[in-house]
Order: sequence, then structure tokens, then C-alpha cells
Amino acid sequence: MNNSVIIVNVVRFLSLVFLQVLLLNHINFLGYINPYLYVIFILVYPLDGNKTLLIFLSFLLGLSIDLFGDTGGIHAASCVAIAYIRPVILKFSFGVSYQYNMVKINKAPLAERIMYITLIVLIHHLILFSLEIFSLAHILLLLKSTLFSSIFSILLIFCTLLLFGRKN
Amino acid sequence: MQQIIFFFIRNKNFLLFAALFICGLGLTIQSHSFHHAKFMSSANFLSGGVYSVKSDITGYFGLEEENKNLTSENIRLRKALESYKNVSEEKIKDSSALPKKYSFVSARVINNTYSKTKNLLTLKKGSKDGILLDMGVISSTGIVGIVNNVSKNYATVQSILNTNSQINARMKNSNHFGSLIWNTKDPNIVQLTDVNRLAPIKIGDTIITDGKSTIFPEGLLIGTIKAFELGENDSYNMDVLLFNDMTNLKHVYIIENNDAEEIKTLEKEGEDEQ
Repeated sequence: MNNSVIIVNVVRFLSLVFLQVLLLNHINFLGYINPYLYVIFILVYPLDGNKTLLIFLSFLLGLSIDLFGDTGGIHAASCVAIAYIRPVILKFSFGVSYQYNMVKINKAPLAERIMYITLIVLIHHLILFSLEIFSLAHILLLLKSTLFSSIFSILLIFCTLLLFGRKN
Repeated sequence: MQQIIFFFIRNKNFLLFAALFICGLGLTIQSHSFHHAKFMSSANFLSGGVYSVKSDITGYFGLEEENKNLTSENIRLRKALESYKNVSEEKIKDSSALPKKYSFVSARVINNTYSKTKNLLTLKKGSKDGILLDMGVISSTGIVGIVNNVSKNYATVQSILNTNSQINARMKNSNHFGSLIWNTKDPNIVQLTDVNRLAPIKIGDTIITDGKSTIFPEGLLIGTIKAFELGENDSYNMDVLLFNDMTNLKHVYIIENNDAEEIKTLEKEGEDEQ
């Protein structure tokens, strides 16, 4: 990675954390639905970047969100999980060609892009809410929160990618 | 030896993932217990600082409503004071010289959540203002929660909207009591469970704090009964509509029980003897 990529990623990391904890965590649409936009950091991390570094950065990202939200380590754990399985999902949604730097997330066909974002966000939210609610007694609440928050997050992530697509 | 090193290098991503995931799980489990969220909480210097700057800026919105609340509280307290004046003709000269059981500290809420299952608030008062663990927190219209973590300048409060919370409460018109829990559905409604089936109950009855614990004084208003049903083990479970709006808290009071130490030591001695 050259210098400009590092700077872009550092700025993205910090602005996503502050946006999430100061604004998005307090939306509470319909009482309990919040979007988790910060996942976008893991989504648009360079495809050829160092995977070990990504896992470590995801942990830091989740931990910062946890620190502000008093949530223990739920964001950290779910971020680490999606960072680890990201190569599998990339392969599943874009085919093998992503390994040869053929794919750009913003230029890939729409269906493949939607597949990639949806899978990552769903897995992230499922782990997140399972850890947060932490009881089988509230399994309906768990599924409901996962579904609605995922829809909200996916929409927001999609709009953000469209808006800032050129730079990323 | 070489093979072990190769194994580590080949699986370094998985090993790092496993280590960090377990670390995250550990922090999560730790945060589920009451007294263990020591480092990872918004009562620390960094997040407390960011939240207090945010609250400095957003605190100006809604000042009008805050003023209304304070005025109505003042009126209520003035009325109470007047009725005490009429009762005791031979007044005590200096009431501040009397030993007080409870003292109050006011605090600003700098972060408040109510949409999760384990909700916490962050207050801008900490150990340097004399705040300790297990102190009760109330607003001008009802109870808010219990302090569960304190740093030098900030404190976090386990809200009554938290599935770990369990607070003693009783009916205002009889002495039947139960415990107050939250079923995560609605931030305005909490549940009072395990009330004896002999208790006379009707919709609209007032629920107040019990005063059996050292945390809350007796008789603080909590809410009114919205609906009730007879549960499995012959006791009433009821929905209680809260008097205070947990989604809109700006200023709260922290209750310090001056006898807490003495009562706790006494109870501990009693347990040791058994």
C-alpha cells in the first residue's frame, strides 16, 4: 500500500467511527432500528490489501464503536468475523476473478455488488444482535432487529457508495 | 520446530481471527455482569470527553421543555414544603443541622440509549464528586436506574430499561411488593412481576419504590398500572406505564444514602454468622 491509500483509510476509519457514535447510534427509527454504516470500511478495504492487517483493523474499528456504546465487545467480535470471511464472500459474489485484481467494487455488475454487500451486512448484523441480546428467549426480537437494521444499513451503504464511489 | 513455525505462518490469519474473536466474546460476557465493565465503558476519559462536548452543543435544544419540567417540579416541592410548615408549629431552627439519611447530587446526562436490550446512560459526575457504585439515579418525575461504573469525571448508569435490572417496587395503596423488570418491547412500559395474588389491583393504580434496599428511598413515584394478568405461579404480572420519559432525559439526581455503609456492614455480619 502506498501513502495515499494509508491516509485515505485512516481518515475513513476515524470519520466512520465518529459518524456512527455521534449520529447513527441515536437515530432509533421506529424505536429500535439503527443503521451500522461503519461496516463500509471493511467492504471497501482494498481487495489486494493485507488480510492480516484488515482483521486487526476491523477489531480496532469494532472496539472503538463498543467503547462509545458501552456494548462490551459485540461490534469487535462481529467485525473480526466478517473481516475473516470476506475473501470467501468476495469469491462467492464476484467469482474467482477478484483474485487477479480484475474487479472494482464500483464497476462490478449491480447484482454481484448487491450480493456482496447484503451477505456481509447480514452476517455482521446477525452476530452483532446475537451477542447483544444473548438469550434464546428473545429470538424473535433478534431476527426482527437483524432484518430491519440490515435493510436500513444496506440502503445507507449503497447510497454512500454511489455518492463517494469515484474516490473509493 | 520448523514445522510448528510454518504452521503458525500458514494459519496466521485464522489464529489472529480466533484470538481477536475470543477477546471480543470475553469483553461481551464481562459487560453482561454488573460490576465488571471497568475499562470498556463510556465512563472513560476518551468517550466521556467526546460525549460531553456533544452534549454541550446539543444541550441547547429542548431547553424550553427542560425549564417547564423544572418549574413544575419546583411547584410540587413548594406545595410539599407548605404542607409541612402547617403541620409543625414549633419549628426546628436550623434544619440543615439535622442528620440526613439521603443527600442528592445533580448530574447532566451526556449519553442515553433506550433502543437496545441492555441500556446504559452516561453522566457527567464521577468519583471526584463523591459518586459511588450502587447509588440510585432519579429524574424529576421518576426513577432512572442504578450507577454501575464510575471513573474520575464520569459515571455510567444501568437504566431500568435493561434486562439485567431488577428493582423492588410496591403498590402505593397497599404493601404488596414485586420486582420491576423490562421485557425490551417499549421504552415507556416496564413490568412489575411476582406480586401476591391477594393484592387488590386495578388499572391506574400507582406504583412506588419499596425502600427495602439501600438504593432508593421509599415512596418515589414510578408509574401507573396499564394492564395486569394472573401469572403461572399464582402471582400478578403487570405492565407499568412510566411517569418519566426515558427517551428524553437531560438532568438527573443521584441519591446518596448516608446509612448505606452501616446497613451493608450489618447485613454482611448477619450473613457471616449464619
